[in-house]
Order: sequence, then structure tokens, then C-alpha cells
Amino acid sequence: MIEIKNISKSFNDRMVLDNVSGVFKKGETSLVIGASGTGKSVLLKCMLDLVRPEAGTTLYNGRDFYIGDEEDKKDIRREMGVLFQGGALFDSKTVHENIQFPLDMLTEMGEGEKKDRVEFCLQKVGLEGTGGRMPSEISGGMKKRVGIARAIVMNPKYLFCDEPNSGLDPLTSIKIDELIKEITDEFDITTVVITHDMNSVLSIGDKIMFLHKGKKLWEGNSQTIMGDTVPELEEFVFCNKALSLMRAGK
Amino acid sequence: MLSVIGRYLIFLGKLFTRRESLKVYWKRFIDECIGIGVSSVFIVAIVAVFIGAVVCVQTRANLVSPVIPVYVVSNIVRDMTLLELSSTFMCVVLAGKVGSNIAGELGTMKITEQIDALEVMGINSASYLVLPKLLAAVFTFPLLAIISGFLGIFGGYLAGTLSGIITPEDYIYGIRYSFIPFNVFISIIKAIVFGFLISTISAFQGYNTRGGALEVGQASTSAVTNSCIAVLIADYLLAELLT
Ligand SMILES: Nc1ncnc2c1ncn2[C@@H]1O[C@H](COP(=O)(O)OP(=O)(O)O)[C@@H](O)[C@H]1O
Ligand SMILES: [Mg+2]
Repeated sequence: MIEIKNISKSFNDRMVLDNVSGVFKKGETSLVIGASGTGKSVLLKCMLDLVRPEAGTTLYNGRDFYIGDEEDKKDIRREMGVLFQGGALFDSKTVHENIQFPLDMLTEMGEGEKKDRVEFCLQKVGLEGTGGRMPSEISGGMKKRVGIARAIVMNPKYLFCDEPNSGLDPLTSIKIDELIKEITDEFDITTVVITHDMNSVLSIGDKIMFLHKGKKLWEGNSQTIMGDTVPELEEFVFCNKALSLMRAGK
Repeated sequence: MLSVIGRYLIFLGKLFTRRESLKVYWKRFIDECIGIGVSSVFIVAIVAVFIGAVVCVQTRANLVSPVIPVYVVSNIVRDMTLLELSSTFMCVVLAGKVGSNIAGELGTMKITEQIDALEVMGINSASYLVLPKLLAAVFTFPLLAIISGFLGIFGGYLAGTLSGIITPEDYIYGIRYSFIPFNVFISIIKAIVFGFLISTISAFQGYNTRGGALEVGQASTSAVTNSCIAVLIADYLLAELLT
């Protein structure tokens, strides 16, 4: 379980996050949604301590991530897997080396064991046999899959995905969403997905948090999101023509 | 300006704290020696041979007095090469090649969140990425300086003898005449200092890139400019200090 408490962050006197709190539960795929520029990525970076907020804190199973020494922090970091927006694969390493990298740096595993683990993760994301390719040689959707494989290679307890389906076609997006959901259920982990894609919202949101201009305006799930009444949320949800027609017709 | 220097010093501090295991660095160090050192041999060789040749021809053209013995030409080629060309001039060239490469690589890693990915794994990204580059530069630049010094003098020999300006015997006599071995040492010291400056300044520029492709280009440019300025200032200070 991850708890964020009263997180506030500003850049050059501009408030980007304003007192955001929330809980992300184990075994659930929680979504953080909102328009571009509302601070979703900054919130994620605060949770990962890549950006330190001015106020508030993040707890991982009750352990405060911002206090404690480097070693405590490293222990928590070892339990995290992150899929960054563009995949953030290391360009100078092959797909296989990318996925193996956390094992090389953070574990004492033998070569054979590492290889098996990488193969397992590649298979999990449906990319058997592509381990030898370079990141520049694979498509955007494949990069995200490799990113997911690298994120889960250490058997994380917490999985974070920043816009896993941005820049992908609708079909590939849905497959990536399903993959994330499947991994969450299978390994019973705490997953936080940042998205502005309504398809994902409707298909994988066990729990949804809506951010607008740095504030949390609404919280619910994929069933309640269609019926609820915060005006900013309605605008966000029903900007899709198909959805708004559906609502008009019902 | 002062705050930039302050941040640069903090950045240097970060390189040496909270390191990863030595085994990790060893492999990265070898890779960087190839990327920074070995791949620069060609450009360094070309520059050294031609500058040595030009210095020889120019010196001869300007020393027409019959009272000055002709071996002075190679004597001047030797001192110019060892004192300035093989270290300072070479490092200005390397600031362009190595500096822009380091800043571009780190800048791209920064904006594509590869550096964040390292940090999230609990790896000290500054140390993991930059320290091997720094060590590789400090290790390979002196070797390049030696190659450059040798080839510079050799370039002068080729130009001088092939064009008939100076006989091979005079040239050899000149480069051995009143030779101060300490000058070779100065060249090596300078290469070490410049290697440190170029690699860390360029890494600092790249590591602090924010934005997109445009900013990566700007980071590369300022890496080269700032490295060159730092090299020239350090050259002056070392000249005061060592001679
Ligand atoms: N390092 C930074 N420095 C200054 N401003 C930033 C920084 N990171 C993000 N911002 C600003 O914070 C706001 C929210 O950004 P972000 O969280 O990336 O939005 P999104 O919800 O689309 O992910 C943006 O206006 C952005 O310009
Ligand atoms: Mg974002």
C-alpha cells in the first residue's frame, strides 16, 4: 500500500501540486488522470523522490520514504519498478541488457539465473526472441513492453507507469493496459498508472484519482466516473464524442 | 556565475560519494577509454602532424638570418609541440570532440528520463555515468599528449626534410639540443588537468539539461565553449606555476 499525504510542490512560485493526498492499495491498478500539464508526472516524481515536494510525504507500507538514510531508501527503491513515459531504455544497451541491468547492479545473481529471469520477463510482456535488438530498432509499443519488463524484473511490490499508452495506436494501448492489469493481478502488487486516456480509464481503473490544476478534485472508480458530477471531471470525461453521444442517448 | 560554479562543485562532490561496486566501474572505465581515448587517436594524429609541419615551415620562413643556425628550427618545433601544441592545442580540439560527445550523451539521457530510471533503481547516476568518463579522460589524455608530441615533432621532420628546408641531421641535432625532460612532464600534467576539466564541465552541462532536443544542442555548445575557456585559463595558471 502506498499513501501520499498532503503533497504540495511549486516550481518558481507556480503551484504545480496543491495538497494532494491519497491511498493506492495492494492488488489494485490505481489511475491518476487529468489533462496535460496538471502535474501528474510531477506527482509521480514526488512519489519516487526524484523531485522533493515542499510539503507532505509518501509512505510505502507505512515507511516514510523521505526520511531515513540512503540504505533504507535503497531498500524501498528495490521494491519499485517504473515505466517512464518514453520507456527510458538505455540506448547503448540491447533489449536483453536493458532488462538485465537492474539484476546486474542490484543483485548477486549468477549469469544463468539472470538470463532465465530476463527470458521470463520478456515472455511475460510478449517479446520472446527480441532480446538481441537495440532500442532504436524496435517500435514505440515494443519499447513500452521492454520498459515494463525492466520494471518487473526485480519482482517489485510497487509498479508505476507514466502514460503507458501515450503515442500508441488504440489497439496497442489496450494491450499494454491489459498487460499492466494482468501483471498487477498475477503478482498482487500495488500499481499506479498515470494516464489521460479514457479507454484505459474505463477498462482498468480499479480506483481513479482525478487531478485538475494540481488539486485532487475527485476520487472513484471506472463505474462511478460516468455518473459523477464534478464539472471539470465531466469536461475531461465527455470530451470524447462517442462517450458524450452515449450519455445523451441513455 | 558564482552559483553555477557552486553547483559544479556540488556536482563534483556527488561523483565521489555513494559509489557503486568497483567491478561495475571497471567495465564502464574500459568502455569509456575506448570511446574517449582510442577514438580520438585519429584526429589527434592528424592535427599533430600538420601543426608540427606548419610550425617547421613557418619558423624557417621567418628565420632567414645567416647567423642563426638552421637546427634552431627543429629546436623551436620541439618546444612549441611539447609545451603548447601537444597539450593545450590538442585539448582545445578534444574539448570539441569529447566535450560535445559527453554533453550530448548525458543531455539526451536526461531528457529521455534514462537518468531518472537509474536514480529510481537506487543508483547514483552522476557517479555511475560520469566517474568512468572522468577517469578515462584523465588516463587517456596524457597518452594522447605523448602521441601528439611525438607526431608533432615527426610532422615537422617530414615537412622540413621533404621540402629541403633542413637536413635530417640538423633536424635531429636540433630536437636533441638543450632538451629539458621536464617539458614532457609539464605536457603530461597539463593533459591530466585539461582532461579533468573537459570531462567534468561537459558532463555537468549535459547532466543539467532540461527540456528537449534544442536544449541538448545548447548543452553541447556550452560544454565546448566553457571547456575551452577553462582549459585556456588553466593553461595560463599552470604556466605561471610550472615555469
Ligand atoms: N523540473 C521542472 N521545473 C519547472 N517546471 C516544471 C518541472 N517539471 C514540471 N514542471 C511544470 O509542472 C507542470 C506539470 O507538469 P507535468 O506533471 O509534467 O504535467 P502532466 O500532468 O502532463 O504530466 C507543467 O506546467 C510543467 O511545466
Ligand atoms: Mg506527464
